[in-house]
Amino acid sequence: MKHFIIAVAYVILAPFIGGILFGIDRKITARMQRRVGPPLLQPFYDVLKLLMKDVQVVNRLQIPAILCHLVFTIITGFLFFEGSDILLTMFVLTLSAVFLIIGAYSSSSPFSFLGAERELVLMTAYEPMVLLTLIGIYKVVGSFSLYGIISTGIPLIIYLPGIFIGFVYIFTMKLRKSPFDISASHHAHQEIVRGLTSDFSGLTLAMIEMAHWYETVFLLGLIYVFFAFNPLAGVLIVIASYFLEILVDNTFARFKWDKILNEAWLVALILGGGNIVALYVITRG
Amino acid sequence: MSFLTKSPWLLHYDGSSCNGCDIEVLACLTPLYDIERFGIINTGNPKHADIFLLTGSVNFQNMDIIRNLYSQIPDPKVVVAVGICACSGGIFAECYNVLGGADKVIPVDVYVQGCAARPEAIIDGVVKALGILDRRYKDLKKIKVAS
Repeated sequence: MKHFIIAVAYVILAPFIGGILFGIDRKITARMQRRVGPPLLQPFYDVLKLLMKDVQVVNRLQIPAILCHLVFTIITGFLFFEGSDILLTMFVLTLSAVFLIIGAYSSSSPFSFLGAERELVLMTAYEPMVLLTLIGIYKVVGSFSLYGIISTGIPLIIYLPGIFIGFVYIFTMKLRKSPFDISASHHAHQEIVRGLTSDFSGLTLAMIEMAHWYETVFLLGLIYVFFAFNPLAGVLIVIASYFLEILVDNTFARFKWDKILNEAWLVALILGGGNIVALYVITRG
Repeated sequence: MSFLTKSPWLLHYDGSSCNGCDIEVLACLTPLYDIERFGIINTGNPKHADIFLLTGSVNFQNMDIIRNLYSQIPDPKVVVAVGICACSGGIFAECYNVLGGADKVIPVDVYVQGCAARPEAIIDGVVKALGILDRRYKDLKKIKVAS
């Protein structure tokens, strides 16, 4: 029952936490560029404004696809905080990402199309590392449940340092931050206009934004799992890793898709795979 | 106050401007003026935009593009003509290929004078447009309720 309440609290509170995180993100980004920056609550203003706009739909598939994207992202976090199988959680997250891509593909705009293709490349880039993370966690604690992992009290970070770094690496892709913002960028212009989100406006764009808030809070929760043995350290690391993402976002130029794919798989192979091999060798010996 | 005025997103289109006004528009984004502190974002996408910012005069080649961009912006929307060329055609008004100002093809709400328009004047124009945007939203709501 307690876990169910936490999951419901996630569904209700995650958009507020996510929105404020994005507000802080924009404020810090502005300060890094020596600007004043928008108010802290700007992401909420943006979404509420988008809801006030006229609904412009390109075809019948767009709204259902994006609604599914939002709903499955919420379900992802719900399952995670409810203590379900993390493996299942990750599959639902992948499904939600697929719905976003279907929504983008459904339009005939070349920008949206190209954005969808690039999002697929990003998915193939981060998916191996996600699976390796889950395998690594299972190898150490022997459980796929969030509360099963936390209750063991095993400091996962000591066993899985490589996997943790690899996971923070793909976290940048999930946030669609530079240098991995090839499919849709938060900042001004890019070569394919707004990429994935080019053909979404008003209601659908607001739903994509909200799904992004939910997703970010869920992923930060997953980062916390590595430090769950010490809640204070966990929260500090979550804040530090989010700040690191903002710093990377502001200091790196955009990569090309082939470089992203190569490097992400290299990171997954060396840090993720290497970590699991090392774990295997040490625990056997 | 409505949220429309707190997060207006701009679409900037360069008609046949000499780039003077364009550079001043971009200057608004720099740390000195930083229009993002009003929640204004310069998007490149008409479907995300609320305010259509036009620079340069309208000619026979770009009039269809301007109409197309304008029709892609979801309601409520406002148009701001920046610089004398976008207002009336400026010194190019008499040219054989120039139609005149932006108001020859789409309804313009705010005219920002100057050659080139100063960043302060552009920000003033956009802020003035926000009032019109708010009013237009309320009018739209009335129409929807009535119908």
